[in-house]
Amino acid sequence: MKSLSNIRLILIIMTVIIGIVYATPNFFNTSKQDQSLNFLPGKKINLGLDLKGGSYLLLKADMDVVFAEKLESLLSDIRSSLRKSKIGYKKLSIQNDIISFQKRKNYSNEKIKSILLSLDKNLIVENKLNSFLIKFSEQNKKNITKTTMAQAIEIVRRRIDETGTNEPSIQRQGVDRIIVQLPGLDDPSRIKKLLGKTAKLTFQLAHTSILPEDLDKDSKSPPGFIKLQEDKNPDRFYMINKRVMVSGEMLKDASPTFDRNNSPSVSFQLSPLGGKKFGRVTGKNIGRAFAIVLDGKVVSAPVIQTQIFSTGQITGSFTVQETNDLALVLRSGALPAPMIILEERSVGPGLGSDSILAGKIASIFGLIAVMIFMLITYGMFGIFANIALVCNIIFIIALLSLIQATLTLPGIAGIVLTMGMAVDANVLIFERIKEEFNSGRNTLDAIEAGFQRAISTIIDANLTTLFAALALFSFGSGPIKGFSVTLMIGIATSMFTAIVITKYIVFLYSKKKDINSVFLKD
Amino acid sequence: MKLLRLIPNNTNFDFLRLKVIAFFFSFIILSATLISLMVYNLNYGIDFKGGILLELRSKNLNSPNINQLRDTISTLNAGEVSIQNFGKETDFLVRIQKQEGDQKEQIAMIEKVKSLTDKDYTVRRSEFVGPVVGDELKTAGIYAVSLALLSIMIYIWFRFEWQFSIAAIIALIHDVFTTVGLFSLLQLEFNLATIAAILTTAGYSINDTVVIFDRVRENLRRYKSKTHYFIYNKSINETLSRTVITSVTTLLALFIIFFFGGAVLSDFALAMIWGVIIGTFSSIFVAVSILTYFNINKGEKVDDRTNIPEYEKEN
Repeated sequence: MKSLSNIRLILIIMTVIIGIVYATPNFFNTSKQDQSLNFLPGKKINLGLDLKGGSYLLLKADMDVVFAEKLESLLSDIRSSLRKSKIGYKKLSIQNDIISFQKRKNYSNEKIKSILLSLDKNLIVENKLNSFLIKFSEQNKKNITKTTMAQAIEIVRRRIDETGTNEPSIQRQGVDRIIVQLPGLDDPSRIKKLLGKTAKLTFQLAHTSILPEDLDKDSKSPPGFIKLQEDKNPDRFYMINKRVMVSGEMLKDASPTFDRNNSPSVSFQLSPLGGKKFGRVTGKNIGRAFAIVLDGKVVSAPVIQTQIFSTGQITGSFTVQETNDLALVLRSGALPAPMIILEERSVGPGLGSDSILAGKIASIFGLIAVMIFMLITYGMFGIFANIALVCNIIFIIALLSLIQATLTLPGIAGIVLTMGMAVDANVLIFERIKEEFNSGRNTLDAIEAGFQRAISTIIDANLTTLFAALALFSFGSGPIKGFSVTLMIGIATSMFTAIVITKYIVFLYSKKKDINSVFLKD
Repeated sequence: MKLLRLIPNNTNFDFLRLKVIAFFFSFIILSATLISLMVYNLNYGIDFKGGILLELRSKNLNSPNINQLRDTISTLNAGEVSIQNFGKETDFLVRIQKQEGDQKEQIAMIEKVKSLTDKDYTVRRSEFVGPVVGDELKTAGIYAVSLALLSIMIYIWFRFEWQFSIAAIIALIHDVFTTVGLFSLLQLEFNLATIAAILTTAGYSINDTVVIFDRVRENLRRYKSKTHYFIYNKSINETLSRTVITSVTTLLALFIIFFFGGAVLSDFALAMIWGVIIGTFSSIFVAVSILTYFNINKGEKVDDRTNIPEYEKEN
């Protein structure tokens, strides 16, 4: 028989050995530091967060806020461009995400349009008689989202890295989302708190005569000023000059410390440029209140005593933990957009290890049950099928390790299920051989015909199952994706083991022994 | 050694004679599904509905008290709350409806429950799904099931005749729909894992159907002088042993997941146990029975593949 060539045997044995080599690391409880298994090329299977414990956060950047901010700055760009070109305008304002204004005299509409488009060629500019409407195009929004997300991911990564979390994974998902995975962290409340702040820090002067004592929630602000709440005391307000003197981007470093009164505070260091600016402002305004504004709220507004250059302190009624967190978010930079938590899943280490144990028990029992059933149903052929089954499991584990797929709890169920379904290919073959034999063929012919005919059925049946697994993969989020990957790998390996390994063993055996007595006849 | 034989050789049951009874049975379970969906709807988990879920384990192993836990959590006024035992006596699953307000309120509620139960319970798992994500997952789930059905239908259409494709897809919808019905009737939590179970069931069921159809196609060619009725019955009988053995091994594995795989997987396993049983039933009684209503050509139109080896043709 052609198929019994030595090359085939060598190839099968090599495949199995490679499988064993890649699967082996999974059977030892070694820690990362342990070098004893380093001679093996493979790595362990990646366990999902539901098995090793950890947190999963799905964040969404609030792009509407960003668009509004960008529109606001576009407004001031338009204002200064129009002034520079000496074009009179009135009623320049923003309403419903649209900037509008009216020209005063008979300036050329085309010229105004070209001035507006020179700010950004993607803007949508509409012009009716004397009025102009300007809004962001989809392309504008796309570009803004792209840069915002790139920055946001960077800042999120920095903040999480600063907490010392092990091997965090931070990925962009879809248009405006970020997936954060934190293995080993079962209570992500600190991380959530850190990501909950955008940490936009600004230093702005306070109004000289309108003092907090004069303000309540109904007070109106004079032009150029804005009324802001105090961070820790929502009933206290400050009248703050809108002009930002120094902002958080100019910070070089920040660290938690204690002030003179020994209460927790944050000390900061400014970049050379920031220091120069800070020195100028503080030098000119000695005796005035200088507000420290964080995310639109006044942390404190100390009175400037002397000129300060590059280092300073942020005081307020902080706890030690708060100064730690504030220093951390200031160091990492401001998030370009507020982050909304859309989804959170945390698994404690107890549940994770219980799940692994349950998975192991189910796998071992499943394997034993199926093997016993195959043995009592097919006798010697059952043993062949069982050899194929064991090879199949080795291949699944090896492939999962090789592609570093993530094994989840449903994924373990997928493996156990595959054990049940994997024998199907063998059953199809054996039943077919039996039929062929009963219809009067001699043993070897029956085996040959059985394999040949069963294979097309096996391929049809498995391909259709594969479609279901692919649909599952496309749907997949986290654990479900893991399940579909194991299912697909299981389908592939079970076809391979049945068509190649079982076939080889059966032919080898039937050449040496009279298999009539084995199972074909009762 | 005497081997186990679940199905004797050369069975010759007249399966198609049971067609009417089988259709009646299908009609009953499909109606039950429909009624149950109308009356009880589905018990959507937080994956689809949005909300908060916490798995707690009592630190005091001797006297975990569900009523006490219920009282404690009711002080939060969190709206609709469900608390149930989960797997072990010491473990509880607390589900809390989506809170009024934005995402911050949801996160705050998790923290409140945690701090309130901190003394007596450890948190084994906490989940929060926002309503936006819930709706998206629902859409994605419907999309995935439809995609699976469609691609299977197209594949069978290409590999067999269109009649096979229609019969297979009706059988498949039958299985998917009644599995959903089981979840509605038993009010089991319908979540992401359930979608996985349903799609796997679909995969298993179609596998079974294709094996029988494969044989039907072969026999249509082989027994050109026989009636369709005879050919269909013969095909079911010839594949019966394989059908039963594979069902048994798969069910063995599933029952083991059900009993030993932990509480998280037990509903998942239950859905698939039902799926394997109903999938086997539908392959024989729904898919093949539907074929009887078509007059499938026995001639060249049936895809003539190299199923019959050369040496047999010489005979």
